[in-house]
Amino acid sequence: MTGDRRKAVIEVDGAKVSFGAVKALDGVTLAIMPGECVGLVGHNGAGKSTIVSVINGGLTPHQGTVSGDGEVVASYGINAARTRGVRCVFQELSLCPNLTIVENTRVMHRTLGGFGWRRRARQVIEKSLDTVFPGHGIASDRTVGELSIAERQMVEIAMAFSDAGIAPRLVILDEPTSSLDASLAEQMLDHVRRFVAGGGAVVFISHILHEVLTTASRIVVMKDGRIVAERPAAAFSEVSLVEAMGSVVKGDAHRRRARDLTGAPIALEQVGRGLPFRAARGEIVGLAGLAGHGQTKMLMALHAANSGDWLPRRDPLVTFVAGDRRLNGVFELWSILKNLSIASLDGVARRGVLDTGAEAGRGAEWKRRIEIRTQDMENRILSLSGGNQQKVLFARALSTRAPVVLMDDPMRGVDVGTKQEVYEIVRQEAEAGRTFVWYSTEMEEVRLCDRVYVFREGAIVAELTGEAITEDNILAASFAGAAA
Amino acid sequence: MKRWISADALRLAIPALSLTVLLAAVFWLQPRAMSYVGLNLLFNLAVPIALATIAQMLIVSVNDLDLSMGTFVSFVACVTATFLRDAPLVGVLILAGAVAVYAILGVVIYLRDLPSIVVTLGMSFVWAGLAVLLLPAPGGQAPDWARALMTMKPPVAPMAIVASIVIAIVAHLVVMRSSLGVLIRGVGGNQRSVERAGWSVVATRAAAYGLAGVFAVLAGIALVGLTTSADANIALRYTLLSIAGVILGGGEFIGGRVSPVGAVIGALTLTLAGSFLSFLRISPDWQIGAQGAILIVVLALRLLLRRVENWEKGR
Repeated sequence: MTGDRRKAVIEVDGAKVSFGAVKALDGVTLAIMPGECVGLVGHNGAGKSTIVSVINGGLTPHQGTVSGDGEVVASYGINAARTRGVRCVFQELSLCPNLTIVENTRVMHRTLGGFGWRRRARQVIEKSLDTVFPGHGIASDRTVGELSIAERQMVEIAMAFSDAGIAPRLVILDEPTSSLDASLAEQMLDHVRRFVAGGGAVVFISHILHEVLTTASRIVVMKDGRIVAERPAAAFSEVSLVEAMGSVVKGDAHRRRARDLTGAPIALEQVGRGLPFRAARGEIVGLAGLAGHGQTKMLMALHAANSGDWLPRRDPLVTFVAGDRRLNGVFELWSILKNLSIASLDGVARRGVLDTGAEAGRGAEWKRRIEIRTQDMENRILSLSGGNQQKVLFARALSTRAPVVLMDDPMRGVDVGTKQEVYEIVRQEAEAGRTFVWYSTEMEEVRLCDRVYVFREGAIVAELTGEAITEDNILAASFAGAAA
Repeated sequence: MKRWISADALRLAIPALSLTVLLAAVFWLQPRAMSYVGLNLLFNLAVPIALATIAQMLIVSVNDLDLSMGTFVSFVACVTATFLRDAPLVGVLILAGAVAVYAILGVVIYLRDLPSIVVTLGMSFVWAGLAVLLLPAPGGQAPDWARALMTMKPPVAPMAIVASIVIAIVAHLVVMRSSLGVLIRGVGGNQRSVERAGWSVVATRAAAYGLAGVFAVLAGIALVGLTTSADANIALRYTLLSIAGVILGGGEFIGGRVSPVGAVIGALTLTLAGSFLSFLRISPDWQIGAQGAILIVVLALRLLLRRVENWEKGR
């Protein structure tokens, strides 16, 4: 066997993965060599997490192959990946919060079993913690749930680099530094460099671009499930990385004309960390930034602050359109009509008794206004397509008297035609004086807004108005380092 | 780094404290209970309840709930008082089959993504029906060995206390110290994490349910050992008692946070609460309500302590 060193630890060839109509991976080929650190960057939904799942065996690609050490692995799964030394630090907490650090080590390493495993597990994890984070001060008999977020992250990272029989050869780090402070992050990055120098391979995902630029040897940029750029790290700069992540085609078709709302009365105000939040009457305010950086929390806080807590309010100020339909949007067993009218029952009831005629009338009105495609409003809500279900949820919110509508990325998984229809409704309602607070992960929608707040790490870090709402500006504000 | 008190210790502190307080109150009301015989009488019936509580705790540790515990223990009691005495081999086979059914339930609930409450509620009617088929009227007789075991008179401490301690130690070893116990609680805490480490969640759940079946079978045998005969409705209260015991002992419905020692203490506390109320001459009609009140007080205490803890952490 010649050139053994040059065989990729894991090689993914032409992987395609789709969830329903969404193509999460569209033919990705990626080889990770021993002794290199591959930086993986891209916007939300670019397919980074999906390719990570393919590499760690959690997801079998619908097309394409995975090979390890130059040989195609027929049934590549979690255990096959682990025996090849593939480890992963996930974005969200992947330890059991109810177990101690030692017990979590036991769960992670299948080979630790047998009498006296506690002692062995303690040695394994303490050795790794001491190596990666010298002077960490974390006792290994503590329950993970008791640790601070930074400590948990440290334990997770140390867990991935720990060696209990099978040495780690490829470690995937998905946003590992998001809750570490600068000195801890530096310790971790130092360890990554040592690990790579010692022949290990690392896939490094981070939204902090200078970390990627200084740590990775090669950077892969993903967008819409494809690799759009792949160069040595030295060939990229922060500016060129942001450019590579941005969209290639820039259509201004849906750009709305700027409206002057400076004189409009303030409808909603919230002061928190970062810039203050303010929304005027008739304004469409966008919340942008990377997913999970506090936008939904902000909407929740706005809702909690402006609606009744224990007793229902006669005239609530805000209404909510949920993003996750199945989880907190539709009543699956109810009819379309019931799903629509639930938020505005007081409008169709007299002295606490529901006026079914009025309810049906209102249903028919909204069916016509937003074109819900159904024969009969009495049909079950699940008989509608996802987009039409979402329209019903919109109608539910709009049929209330609340002057402010909060929207939590409601257009996820909705087809283009329906989107256009909803955009039109939003526009009309805004003209009529309703205020919309719209969290969206899609650039096209963000550009419909009059004003956009960009979130990073739970705080508003930028405010963009009118012509300044561009993908480049939002990306630049979303990624730390680019703005600083 | 300062460690105030570990969450696990805190979790045990409240059940231990409530048991101590109740015991002190009982001794104060009835000093004669402070003897070998008195203690045995007080805690006699706690042994099967403790076993059933451990069984329930295993189910709770994988985020499920078993509503068939009472009828299952009744069914086991009927098998014990009939087959296990007259035809031991058949009896053992029946009980082994029942444990296997529990393991299968664990698998079915996971694979079909069914709510455990519904499945076990349905199973409770199955067990109840089988128990009635076996013993349409109260009767049967306890196997001599079961009777002998439960009426043993060990030196120093009465059987009820010794048995409770043994149950607590065994359950602690299985659930808190063994690899399997770690996995079971891991499934309750973060199933994906266990999955990602390459373990079979199905097997782990089956093991948790199977173990619960074993402990429930032991509960039925212990119960018959005490009562000498069985009845199809003998242990119906155990469903709620076992759930209350788990919660009283510091367990939580979700998140795999359970404590076997706490669960045994919880079972003892619940049993003692009954005696305490009798000593107070509260009519049995009010006793269930009073037991509920004790439960609420203890849970309120726990909530309070957790607030204090969070507040300390937040500072």
